[in-house]
Amino acid sequence: MRNIWIIAKKEYDHYFASLIAYAVAFTILLVLGIIFGVNLWYYTNNAFQSSGTIPDSSSVTGAFVFLLVFFVPALTMHLVSDENRLGTLELLLTAPLRDHELIVGKWLGGFLFIFTLVVITLVYPVVIDNFVQPGIDWSMVLTSYLGVLLVTSAFLGLGVGISAMFSNQIATMFVTFTLFVFLWWLVGFPANLAPVGADVFRYLDMSTHFYDTLNQGVIQLGDLVYFLSLTALGLFIGTTAIEIRRWR
Amino acid sequence: MIKVKGLTKDYGARRAINNLTFDAEQGEIVGFLGPNGAGKTTTMRILSGYMPPTDGEAVVAGFDVVTDSIEVRRRVGYMPETVPLYRDMSVYDFLKFMADLRHLPNAEDRIDETLELVAMTDRADGYIGNLSKGMKQRIGLAQALLHRPEVLILDEPTIGLDPGQVVEVRELIKEIGKERTVLLSTHILSEAQNICDRVLIINKGKIVTEDTPENLQARLVGAERVILRIRGEQDDLPLLLKKVKGVEDVEPRSDGSVEFAFAPGRDVRPEVARALIKEGYDLLEMRLVGLSLEEIFLELTGSEGKGN
Ligand SMILES: Nc1ncnc2c1ncn2[C@@H]1O[C@H](COP(=O)(O)OP(=O)(O)O)[C@@H](O)[C@H]1O
Ligand SMILES: [Mg+2]
Repeated sequence: MRNIWIIAKKEYDHYFASLIAYAVAFTILLVLGIIFGVNLWYYTNNAFQSSGTIPDSSSVTGAFVFLLVFFVPALTMHLVSDENRLGTLELLLTAPLRDHELIVGKWLGGFLFIFTLVVITLVYPVVIDNFVQPGIDWSMVLTSYLGVLLVTSAFLGLGVGISAMFSNQIATMFVTFTLFVFLWWLVGFPANLAPVGADVFRYLDMSTHFYDTLNQGVIQLGDLVYFLSLTALGLFIGTTAIEIRRWR
Repeated sequence: MIKVKGLTKDYGARRAINNLTFDAEQGEIVGFLGPNGAGKTTTMRILSGYMPPTDGEAVVAGFDVVTDSIEVRRRVGYMPETVPLYRDMSVYDFLKFMADLRHLPNAEDRIDETLELVAMTDRADGYIGNLSKGMKQRIGLAQALLHRPEVLILDEPTIGLDPGQVVEVRELIKEIGKERTVLLSTHILSEAQNICDRVLIINKGKIVTEDTPENLQARLVGAERVILRIRGEQDDLPLLLKKVKGVEDVEPRSDGSVEFAFAPGRDVRPEVARALIKEGYDLLEMRLVGLSLEEIFLELTGSEGKGN
């Protein structure tokens, strides 16, 4: 556990010295801020006409996960591949540290970075809460934020796993992004067309596990299993890639 | 401290090291001498717990490198060949990270002591990326020394350094090697002779020979060749040299100088000098030329093939 934390802390600190990480954080916060602002403006101007609708933060969290599809590859591309390219992996692999601790530590570092952004965006629901009477539905807000964290977890797990297979950042980013686009959009298409196996495709489609349930305030065991399995799969792939490297 | 038996490593179909057997005691500096591709790095990577061997076994600091890899890694300090470091970290942050990975209880003190040992205290806050090659080498050493390991494995620790830095790093290794077991690799004969208590010569994945630097020196004396230059006409020189007892293998060189060898254990340079002066020649230069590693192998394995 301690080793995982040491690796995570180094990666977390590294993000705060990295231009790419700042650009990602800035873009995410800016886009979400704009969406939030527009929503708030719409609400304050239409509150009297459409008194039935209460604003919530689902548009913010919805946009957040959409941005993650694009930005997580940029945040994970260097995680292991760069250690590989620079040879520093040799230092880590000869330190008294188990391979899975290294991989999980890398994942946790990325997770904590995005978690920091998530915490910052909690400002939006807090502000909305002050505008509406009698206040917003916090259980729904927190569920959709849980959804964001689950999507983050799965994306980062897969991203770290792919990063461990390469020694080139750009290759890593490209493969990671392609996989995310597939999981987020493409895998859903056959579900509507294929006569058989539609359920499998539907289950693999990541966006439905978020938009249809968590972002609406619904927690289902199937969704939790889905996101946590993908996380575990990515971390397993990463650990295996390191082990293969050792035995080769 | 290090016990290696029948160690073998294949990369796919290629055998990098073949059935190596050797050991190293506490307080001993053992040198691994061999040309590029000999299998030095491969051996060191196995001993440092980076990768398992294909066959054979290695026990380092009392633990098996395969079954107790983590225990081995706790007790070994390792400096990889190219001294990989995080360029965008400060020296201090990097060492703190490495110290944390080793769970050192008094990390700050250890870092300060180690920086002092490698004479880098004043660079603690600087970025590693801005350091000279020699300084990076010292940080690589510092990283390997932080936890005061029982066994220190250094892969070509002086490669790429300028002569002044080479001397410094060698002195540092000798100092460290007084209490610890050090295994270092090099492809420079004089370096192995200068630092090590014992030298293992490795070529094409096999140990060719093993000896103390003194014995190696004695075995290699016959292999030394001398280049001689005099003022003016040199045509008669070969004839004159051949008359001096112990001189062998006289060959005129294209640049007008003459090259010769002498029999093992008999340095004939004083006799040659006297003979030249007696005949009235002006002696301009007489120097020993080292042999290439390939020639040394031939010499040490007893093949008659010195020179060309
Ligand atoms: N990762 C690798 N994959 C395949 N072959 C390798 C690898 N590393 C080294 N080799 C080969 O193994 C042999 C020994 O290499 P190495 O241990 O690096 O020698 P040295 O350190 O003495 O120069 C060489 O023939 C080299 O080409
Ligand atoms: Mg090498």
